[in-house]
Amino acid sequence: MNSSIARYFTSFFKGLFSLLTGMKVTLREFFTKKTTEQYPENRATLKMFDRFRGELVMPHDEQGNHKCIACGICEMNCPNGTIKITSEFVTDEAGKKKKVLVKYRYDLGSCMFCQLCVKMCPQDAIHFVPTFEHAVFTRDKLVKMLHDNKK
Amino acid sequence: MFDFATITHWVDELLRSFLPHATATLVECILIGLCLLLGYALIALVLIYAERKVCAFFQCRIGPNRVGPYGTIQSVADMIKMLTKELIDINHIDRFLFNLAPFVVIIASVLAFGCIPFAKGLHVIDFNVGIFFLIAVSSIGIVGILLAGWASNNKYSLIGAMRSGAQMISYELSIGLSILTVVVFTGSMQLSTIVEGQADGWLLFKGHIPACIAFIVYLIAGTAETNRGPFDLPEADSELTAGYHTEYSGMHFGFFYLAEYLNMFVVASVATTLFLGGWMPLHVPGWESFNQIMDYIPSIFWFFGKTGVVIFIIMWFKWTFPRLRIDQLLRLEWRYLLPLNLLNLFLMVIVVVFKLHF
Repeated sequence: MNSSIARYFTSFFKGLFSLLTGMKVTLREFFTKKTTEQYPENRATLKMFDRFRGELVMPHDEQGNHKCIACGICEMNCPNGTIKITSEFVTDEAGKKKKVLVKYRYDLGSCMFCQLCVKMCPQDAIHFVPTFEHAVFTRDKLVKMLHDNKK
Repeated sequence: MFDFATITHWVDELLRSFLPHATATLVECILIGLCLLLGYALIALVLIYAERKVCAFFQCRIGPNRVGPYGTIQSVADMIKMLTKELIDINHIDRFLFNLAPFVVIIASVLAFGCIPFAKGLHVIDFNVGIFFLIAVSSIGIVGILLAGWASNNKYSLIGAMRSGAQMISYELSIGLSILTVVVFTGSMQLSTIVEGQADGWLLFKGHIPACIAFIVYLIAGTAETNRGPFDLPEADSELTAGYHTEYSGMHFGFFYLAEYLNMFVVASVATTLFLGGWMPLHVPGWESFNQIMDYIPSIFWFFGKTGVVIFIIMWFKWTFPRLRIDQLLRLEWRYLLPLNLLNLFLMVIVVVFKLHF
């Protein structure tokens, strides 16, 4: 009897306190900066977050060199067959045979952005960049040649 | 302070100067009706816009921002869309009651809207049981909701309407008792007298503890009365699709929608009138110059400003708290609010009898 009366009053004040806590949280939210991106207008200033996987790229340095050793691990790991690597063997000055990249074909249209290729790359030669405006008129335009510095 | 009665008297004399007595009265009635309906529609549009903006801000969004500057014409566009929509003819319903229900709801809310003193001298009906009349007409709306649920021949609608009935009848008690607390303090049921009585300080300050408790209880019960916020289980979208207005389309649905928002306005403005001094400016006894500066702000701004604050609080409730279950709802009323209210009424009687108020 006594405890039920005590519970009545404690539950009343506990409930009131928790309601006020909730109202405090929402009031703080009311005055925070809004997260909505008004996309077509803020196209110039819009910054995509870094982890967004927009498109696979292979960075090149100023001399046009890249880190790819044409091992083909990315191609093997790709679940969709998005990557096709063409390689050839060349003999360098020391007379050693070496595999070099001829063509790195990446089809954005069949990529599912799983990032397995980037994770598995032993040389960190490829990574994803957060670009997202990929709409084109034909599928052929989605096929990118990553070994080519200019395109 | 500017008295709107000068304008209304001027219109009255102008009409009487060239019209016979009966015709002049008729024309005045029509004019007042037109003004009220116009104000009703305008306030509804503003409220719908405000609700969407406030909701968006609580959810860290921007809200409507495409139609007009800052999306201000959005609700006008929505209204035009609503007006041009088809009224779908449904089989197996009680056609007469089905079509009657939205009008009952909207008439109840227009009647309640008509009783409110908007500014000094801007008061349509002012008679000695004004507040009593207001409670009476605002509870007619429940009949419309029950009719809508019954006539729709839909189980969801019926459950929604029944919940609404249980909810409104329960919370009417709390509203009545908290208003009774105010009536005990002011000794009058006339809205103009209640407002005049707060010239030397709003009731919330004059009546201190019991008035504050009554104000909070009134806000909670008023939110429940308008089927809003955490108490919107008559229309609980996730379980009853839309409750009593599931079967309604076009402007018939629009009437329910309008009435919901206007009921919120009516609840907020009654709270303003009873507890926050209505159109009375903020007066502090003794600070003569301060009081005079406050008097320069027109009374209509005071009224709408205070009502806006109360409406914001009600919206704040809605976008903070999750919806209650029906048993929790009834427990809140019968176990907590009602005993609290009765105690509070007793406390107010003690305060008044022993003159413990300011």
